[in-house]
Amino acid sequence: MAEPASLKVSVWRGGEDGSFARFEVPARANQTVLDVVTTIQREFDPSLAYRFACRVGMCGSCAMTVNGRARWTCRTHVRKVVGEDGALELRPLANLPVIRDLVADLAPFFDKWQRARGVFQPKDAPDGAVPEDFAVVPPASGARQEADAGIECIGCAVCYASCDVVAWNPDYLGPAALNRAWTLVNDVRDGARQDRLDAVAGDAGCHSCHSTQSCTERCPKNLDPSSAIAGLKRTLFWDTLLGRR
Amino acid sequence: MDLRPRSHPTYLAFVVHRVSGLLLALFLPLHFWALGSAISGEAKLEGFLRWTENPLAKAAETVLVILLAAHLAGGLRVLSLEFLGWRKRQKDMVAVSAGAALLVGLLFLLHVV
Repeated sequence: MAEPASLKVSVWRGGEDGSFARFEVPARANQTVLDVVTTIQREFDPSLAYRFACRVGMCGSCAMTVNGRARWTCRTHVRKVVGEDGALELRPLANLPVIRDLVADLAPFFDKWQRARGVFQPKDAPDGAVPEDFAVVPPASGARQEADAGIECIGCAVCYASCDVVAWNPDYLGPAALNRAWTLVNDVRDGARQDRLDAVAGDAGCHSCHSTQSCTERCPKNLDPSSAIAGLKRTLFWDTLLGRR
Repeated sequence: MDLRPRSHPTYLAFVVHRVSGLLLALFLPLHFWALGSAISGEAKLEGFLRWTENPLAKAAETVLVILLAAHLAGGLRVLSLEFLGWRKRQKDMVAVSAGAALLVGLLFLLHVV
């Protein structure tokens, strides 16, 4: 795509009831969306609030809504998303309260990890003591492979912002928290399986998922939370049917 | 509604599955009414069945068959994800579901015409 000479950037300013401010920013080769935001803050409006840390796709803190889709801005080249007219629209992540400008409040997102019992509970040492021996976990075992498939989540909330079920039901735990729960359900060292399955079985849990798979489509790490949620549904179905819970 | 975040195949498959289900639910009363007319006399049912021979009714019937096939294929796709844990090739499965639905509609059309 031919790159325009300048970018017409609409940036969300203010809180929930804010509005777009428009900036004309010089287009440069190989610039990322985060570069554009930084240019705006340093050269046009120092009061612009946004969040970033690592700039290399490790921390997940720079996620925003770019031209309607949740993305890591540090790993999104402008040329991949910009229209032919150079238009770029930046908003904070959806489905989360807006603190100011491009900064969303991730507290509800992480609260739901807690509600989904996303904390590892050692089976051998429930009081937090160090187990006497190493747990043997064959890497090729089915359970470990299921856990490994979702373990690389860094909690950027792109999936959460892309999920329609979260928008429809604000109590819904969301893809990331359920993906975390599924990795722990498959962790043979974990001792809180029943509590965790109870926590994700309610009305706001895995059964609310409609499998639109937007989470899987948008995950910058190419994880598959949709399949993790399907795994929770399947486990709960058989456990309930066979009287295991 | 902003379509930009929702424009991907599995979201479209979700919409097709839901909308086809709703339309089939709306059709059910007509279906039951037609069946019920058999109770009140053979002639009434015969009259209705003759009316359905007109091209517009046949076209609507073809759409109905496609809706039914799309809902079935979409349902099987979701069941395979949820019960069999098929992670891979989700978009291919959407394409196969859509292809199967259209194929069933085509076969119906060939049979009708």
